Amino acid sequence: MRGRAYRSAMLEFLARRLLVALLVCATVLTFAFALTRLGGDLAISIAGPNATAADIEQVRVAYGLDRPLPLQFLEWVGRAATGDFGQSYFFKEKVSKLIFDRLPITFALGLVGLSIALAVALPLGIVSALREGSWTDRAISIVALLGQAMPSFWLGLVLMITLGLHLGWLPISGTGSWEHFVMPGIVLAFSAIPALLRLTRSGMIDALASDYIRTARAKGLSRRSIVLKHAARNAAMPVVSIAAVQLGFMLGGSIVIETVFALHGVGFLAWESISKNDFPTVQAVVLLLACIYTLLTLGADLLNAVLDPRLRAS
Amino acid sequence: MKALRDIGLASGAAIVGAAVLVAVFAPLLVPHDPFAQDLSRRLLPPFWMEGAREGHLLGTDQLGRDYLSRLLYGARISMLIGIATTVASGLIGIALGVAGGFFGGRIDDAVLFAITARLSIPLILVALAVVSVVGSSLTVVVMTLGLLLWDRFAVVARVSTMQVRNLDFVAAAWAAGCSRSRIVLREILPNILSPLAVVATLEVALAILLEAALSFLGLGVPPPLPSWGLMIAEGKDYMFFSPWVIMIPGVALFVLVFGINLLGDGLRNLLRTGRVA
Repeated sequence: MRGRAYRSAMLEFLARRLLVALLVCATVLTFAFALTRLGGDLAISIAGPNATAADIEQVRVAYGLDRPLPLQFLEWVGRAATGDFGQSYFFKEKVSKLIFDRLPITFALGLVGLSIALAVALPLGIVSALREGSWTDRAISIVALLGQAMPSFWLGLVLMITLGLHLGWLPISGTGSWEHFVMPGIVLAFSAIPALLRLTRSGMIDALASDYIRTARAKGLSRRSIVLKHAARNAAMPVVSIAAVQLGFMLGGSIVIETVFALHGVGFLAWESISKNDFPTVQAVVLLLACIYTLLTLGADLLNAVLDPRLRAS
Repeated sequence: MKALRDIGLASGAAIVGAAVLVAVFAPLLVPHDPFAQDLSRRLLPPFWMEGAREGHLLGTDQLGRDYLSRLLYGARISMLIGIATTVASGLIGIALGVAGGFFGGRIDDAVLFAITARLSIPLILVALAVVSVVGSSLTVVVMTLGLLLWDRFAVVARVSTMQVRNLDFVAAAWAAGCSRSRIVLREILPNILSPLAVVATLEVALAILLEAALSFLGLGVPPPLPSWGLMIAEGKDYMFFSPWVIMIPGVALFVLVFGINLLGDGLRNLLRTGRVA
């Protein structure tokens, strides 16, 4: 009885969430196409500043830009649906290959950044919650504000000067080894720490005030066991889902950091293609990052729904 | 604890107030023309370093322009972008959020969908692409960021409207025969302004950081305007020998954004403890 109702509610939730995710991707698909057509005639930008009218006409025909806009759009959508994003104007290579060659680097950077952020935010958030209202709590919240105010590209340059040049601990820029990911990872982590820290703190405060913690205290369990086993585990759930969302933001934000550190991931590719008017690549990266973000949030929502029956109702 | 909070709020307000004053009165405060180049005085160090010259308190940049003057004018650009962007994004976000929260149903579904779609779009990438396609100028940066940064306004306006919508004074206004627009403008909007004020401070800070990042990447405010992000970009080539060229504008940016965040954080705490209605 309960099983069937549960299953149908779950299925409906799944279906609705999936539909929204698909619609979002379709919206971004349209948006990404419109984005590159904002400036008017693409052929003029591709042909460059010194092109003659004949050159521009040639480019227009060669890239199929002479056809009606709706036709170009449909063709792009049709091909994008099969994973074919066309040929890059600048790199003279398939856009999909360009992106997939560089995706591992961006993902590695995102994961390094997220790990550093969690390693800092979780303990600070827990300590903050345990000492709620104290000077320690306030000091930690100021740390979060400081992190939020840090311009990432500037922090990157400052780390290059200190850790790279003066201390010589880490390579200044490039993609060669794992060491190249440390500085960009630290910079990327800064952007995620404030949100993760606040959420850990508020989750822990709620958990510590709940009935099951009172029960655990009444049973005479040690403080250590109460904090780590019971409260932290329950506070972790929203943190996991926010961490997924933050990873999505980080992949999008990696464009600045990859450019600063000349780390050849998707962000750097996006930056190169924007500055070279390589529109097929720009379109594809926008779409890809949006879809990855949508997938990550979808995954986080589903995970939450499975773990917490209360959420399924809403 | 309370005292510490008040210190935070006060220092935030002091930093922001000083930045506003500097931005408004920059032409009266600067010792030199921030655009005047003097190639015989390139990259002079600031006053605390050896080789500093009188008259250039913070030294000069790679084109011999007075760094202090450029820094003060930079406050103008940051404040202008921060405030103009927030006004634009606030109008969009509040309109959407209030509409969703007030009408509910299909309209609310559409608003929620718009928020979801907006969040999925990679912010910096799209802003860079738009500025690159349309051309870089102050107006383009403001418009682009304004069209992208409305999500938090919409989220907060929507939830607050839902909370206020069902309160007694709104019901009383309905019963008194007030029109829909009057209820939205006179009853609902004034009562959701305080949480929106907190969002606004955070958005000013975010817009300032984003403008700096865009200008740093060369697709924000065009040279020779003295944007702090642009100053850092121009100083980047010299940073290993003269680190102060990136430290000075970077610290200014960091302090201003930190001040705005302190102010926002202080406001939020005031609201939570109910010291402000």
